Amino acid sequence: MTQVADTSQAAPVDTVDLRREFEAVDIAPVLEQLDRELIGLVPVKTRIREIASLLLVERIRQKMGLATTFPTLHMSFSGNPGTGKTTVAMRMAGILHRLGFVRRGHVISVTRDDLVGQYIGHTAPKTKEVLKKAMGGVLFIDEAYYLYRPENERDYGQEAIEILLQIMESQREDLVVILAGYHDRMEKFFQSNPGFRSRIAHHIDFPDYSEGELLSIADLMLEAQNYRFTPEARDAFKKYIMARKTQPLFANARSIRNALDRIRLRQANRLVSRLDRVLTSEDVMSIEAADVLASRVFAQQEEGRARP
Amino acid sequence: MRVTQGCFSFLPDLTDEQISAQVQYCLQKGWAVNIEFTDDPHPRNTYWEMWGLPMFDLRDAAGVMRELADCRRVYGDRYIRICGFDASHGWESVRISFIVNRPKEEPGFRLDRQEAVGRNTRYTTRSYAADRPEGSRYEG
Repeated sequence: MTQVADTSQAAPVDTVDLRREFEAVDIAPVLEQLDRELIGLVPVKTRIREIASLLLVERIRQKMGLATTFPTLHMSFSGNPGTGKTTVAMRMAGILHRLGFVRRGHVISVTRDDLVGQYIGHTAPKTKEVLKKAMGGVLFIDEAYYLYRPENERDYGQEAIEILLQIMESQREDLVVILAGYHDRMEKFFQSNPGFRSRIAHHIDFPDYSEGELLSIADLMLEAQNYRFTPEARDAFKKYIMARKTQPLFANARSIRNALDRIRLRQANRLVSRLDRVLTSEDVMSIEAADVLASRVFAQQEEGRARP
Repeated sequence: MRVTQGCFSFLPDLTDEQISAQVQYCLQKGWAVNIEFTDDPHPRNTYWEMWGLPMFDLRDAAGVMRELADCRRVYGDRYIRICGFDASHGWESVRISFIVNRPKEEPGFRLDRQEAVGRNTRYTTRSYAADRPEGSRYEG
């Protein structure tokens, strides 16, 4: 076994069986799982597919004795609230680990507080500490634009940014940095830090979910918690999504999750209100139309219509 | 004379790759790794200066190797060692310690004999390097 591996490494080859290589790196299950568990998000999936293909090609190039360079994998996720930025970032570490781009595959999730100090000389050790912990994995900086506060010229955020940029450049093999935040504010952040934009290879936009996708997300969430909609309830929830989308502060999947939490409360209340009966597991699992329709969202919609 | 203290000191000097593998072993055992340096090679000198704080909660050796590179840049002419501290109950002590950097020239030790009362002799080892003031002992 080992001898075969040795000879293949020693002598550069001219031809490579692509399918066998593809199966050897074992990325197909990773991509399938991603498709299954994340609804929508086409740009994100496309990019992950591209990165996976790059890994494959780099491996083949290595076998052929061609020059290989470690790709820059730092990413920036931008999109509206609740479009899955944090969820994907958490997944990304696992994916990159299985693809062999990061050695350990853990995520260190930080915000401004963890990087920027409170007094002179406090920031550098703090940032370096965090970076050391993230080595071999993914450093996820949520709401990255808070790092930079242009209105305060004595802000220590700039210092943290400089250290971050330096490590992002010099230790690309050891660490992948993912920034995330709302689209317009990220745009402003990159404008004031051009160095950041150029050091990040992958700028990925998270689109808003369509109504159909939101419904599938709701189904997935319920399934994970061992609940299910009755057919009428599912129709009612479709209407709920349409109504909720037109209202202010709509946060995509996050709003759906909150709505489901409230629906579960109402379902529990409905079950408890009639004590003198025997419940089946079916009763406890199913959510009925009445649980959905009792939502305040419908009342507000009516109100909106009554008011000219 | 080559100073032999801690693990691996009778082997040839470890390469960076080997150091990294040892550090990774420590981290996987859940030990806190720290870097220490000194220019007094006397075997009874157990308290070396610390380079920064011990590093807790690391997952990968790359962070330690970066600190080591920084330390070598500043104190490359001295002894540097890496220690792995096991904080778990019952151990609470250094589990591994090995030298990762040594001066180019190690002048060795002199043995002093002191004739004491009666026909007693007292022995003392004294590092030649320590004759010079601290900080300029290995400047060559």
